[in-house]
Amino acid sequence: MARYLAGRITGLVLILFLVCLFTYLIFFKLSPDPALMICGKTCTPERVTQIRTVLGIDKPFLTQFWDFLSGLFAGRDYGSGTNLVHCPAPCLGYSFQTNQSVWQMVLDRLPVTATLAIGAATLWLLAGITMGLLSAVKEGTWWDRSAMNLALGGASIPNYVLALALQYVLVVKLQILPFPSSVAFTDAPWLWFQSYLMPWIVLATGAACLYARLTRANVIDTLAENFFRTARSKGLAPVLTMRRHALRPALTPIVTIFGMDFAALLGGALITETVFGLNGIGKMAADSIAKNDQPVIMAVTLLAAFFVVVGNVVVDLVYTALDPRVRIR
Amino acid sequence: MTTAFTHDAQAGTSAGAPGASITPGRRILGALRHDRAALLSASFLALMVLMALCAPLISALTGQGPTQFDMAAIDVDAGGLPKGAFGGISAEHPFGVEPLNGRDILARIAYGARVSFLIAASATVLTTLLGVVLGMVAGFYGGWVDQVVSRVMDFLMAFPALIFMIAILSSLPTGNRSLLLVAVISLFGWPYLARVVRGQTLTLLNRDFVEAARASGASRRDLVFKEILPNLRSSLIVMTTLAVPGYIGTEAGLSFLGVGVSPPTPSWGQMIANSVTWYAVDPLYFAIPGLFLFLTVLSLTVLGDRVRAATDAGEAA
Repeated sequence: MARYLAGRITGLVLILFLVCLFTYLIFFKLSPDPALMICGKTCTPERVTQIRTVLGIDKPFLTQFWDFLSGLFAGRDYGSGTNLVHCPAPCLGYSFQTNQSVWQMVLDRLPVTATLAIGAATLWLLAGITMGLLSAVKEGTWWDRSAMNLALGGASIPNYVLALALQYVLVVKLQILPFPSSVAFTDAPWLWFQSYLMPWIVLATGAACLYARLTRANVIDTLAENFFRTARSKGLAPVLTMRRHALRPALTPIVTIFGMDFAALLGGALITETVFGLNGIGKMAADSIAKNDQPVIMAVTLLAAFFVVVGNVVVDLVYTALDPRVRIR
Repeated sequence: MTTAFTHDAQAGTSAGAPGASITPGRRILGALRHDRAALLSASFLALMVLMALCAPLISALTGQGPTQFDMAAIDVDAGGLPKGAFGGISAEHPFGVEPLNGRDILARIAYGARVSFLIAASATVLTTLLGVVLGMVAGFYGGWVDQVVSRVMDFLMAFPALIFMIAILSSLPTGNRSLLLVAVISLFGWPYLARVVRGQTLTLLNRDFVEAARASGASRRDLVFKEILPNLRSSLIVMTTLAVPGYIGTEAGLSFLGVGVSPPTPSWGQMIANSVTWYAVDPLYFAIPGLFLFLTVLSLTVLGDRVRAATDAGEAA
């Protein structure tokens, strides 16, 4: 087990390193000179050179990349003499646009994205699994058929189309909900709930529909297994048989997908946050890309990759704990 | 020796009972013919493809080009809203016009379909090609080749694809947008197919008939093209039909975010993005491209789902 874990963690670090290198390389090669952008209209060649030196982008590629990496773990200094700025340990640099510490920006926006992701995940798990279970138990009835057709429809609607349609009906026409804004729960709990309700629904719909179909298929497969028939034939009550014997094997695969979907969400629900104007990581990514704010783009890419890769390892560990058949020696 | 073996194999299939010799493709088609939802989806998609192909003809018939301004259809006093109810629907403009400049929505939808379908189709071809070749190479050769391909797949799948696609597309200044979209979508799309192909190749390599072919001296080329590839066919059909709606959605999403197809070339995602500021006063401007996009993705998903059901049933039989 320890050896397995060590192997997985080495792989994880390697992949993150590669993601880092690749992203850095792409932006190093592709994007326009940030010094010119920062310098603005009243620019002199001396000033550009000075900015380049302060940012450290006058150095060769590998040196720059090394500075970035070591800054992540040990912090780094920008400039020299009186203009020296020290950036403490998880140093992701400073935004070219606002001069804020990128790490601080990430910390500021993480709560919004986390609220969005956790709320949506709760919603889609509840809705998806309930719908799937009911459909499996009532297999072949009108309920099953209509629920599964609905699920196909829900999985096909692009989230921005759903977002705008919901906003038109609920906010503009019926005026039941306010326009979403990132209010804190502690400031106004009811407004908070109303604000996040639509983003949660939008983010949850696609996944809920996929989970419903998956749960249904898995439960139906389990109900046909021998051990389940044995449990029924020894006289166990239907509800009890479901709970004790069918749910666990049927839901184990769901755990796997859920872990990865959830991890992917934490990297920023880019479209949902942009459409609803919620100030989370996803919107930060979109804004930074639009303004070519490289340190922020680097940070978001790295953060999102980090969640995906870590999510993968966690899922494997949980899976081995839940399903004895794949347990690792 | 090799030719003798393959010749026998072919003779075997053609000499079998007429019902048993149908290919997976034909079997799936047979099953779909009796499925109302599949037929409906297929007809809608056929209509869309026809519309895309005939876009210039539609423009010629209505006399409205996709980038042609029609200020007569716009009410300047109302802030540029289309004249008349329902987004300016009239005999001249069956789907109404865009606010501000009066471009014909029908023409833009038809030309937008061309762009979307062309990109999705090219991305499908490219991902399938990459996925099959790399997946089979990894499964067939094993060893370090497999290691390299598998690690590249892990790497690409760990990437936050959407964020990265947007970042790449927005930092590349100009050039052929559609080509770039195809390249970026395919780059992040092929590992999902290659993973399945690799797994199936590994399983097939251990099957008796491959062993027999190998023992009778079949060359590597024959093993790949005559033994393994034909057996991957049904899962390839399923995987690709299920992937196409994803590509359509991704293209529309990227165009919606403003990094996809660039104006004046119309695209559905871009039309939806433009309608965001208008949807409260001119809901149809948003609803029409939204509905077309939704119905297209839905039809493709339904079709993919039914193809999978037909394949599963065929394998179980």
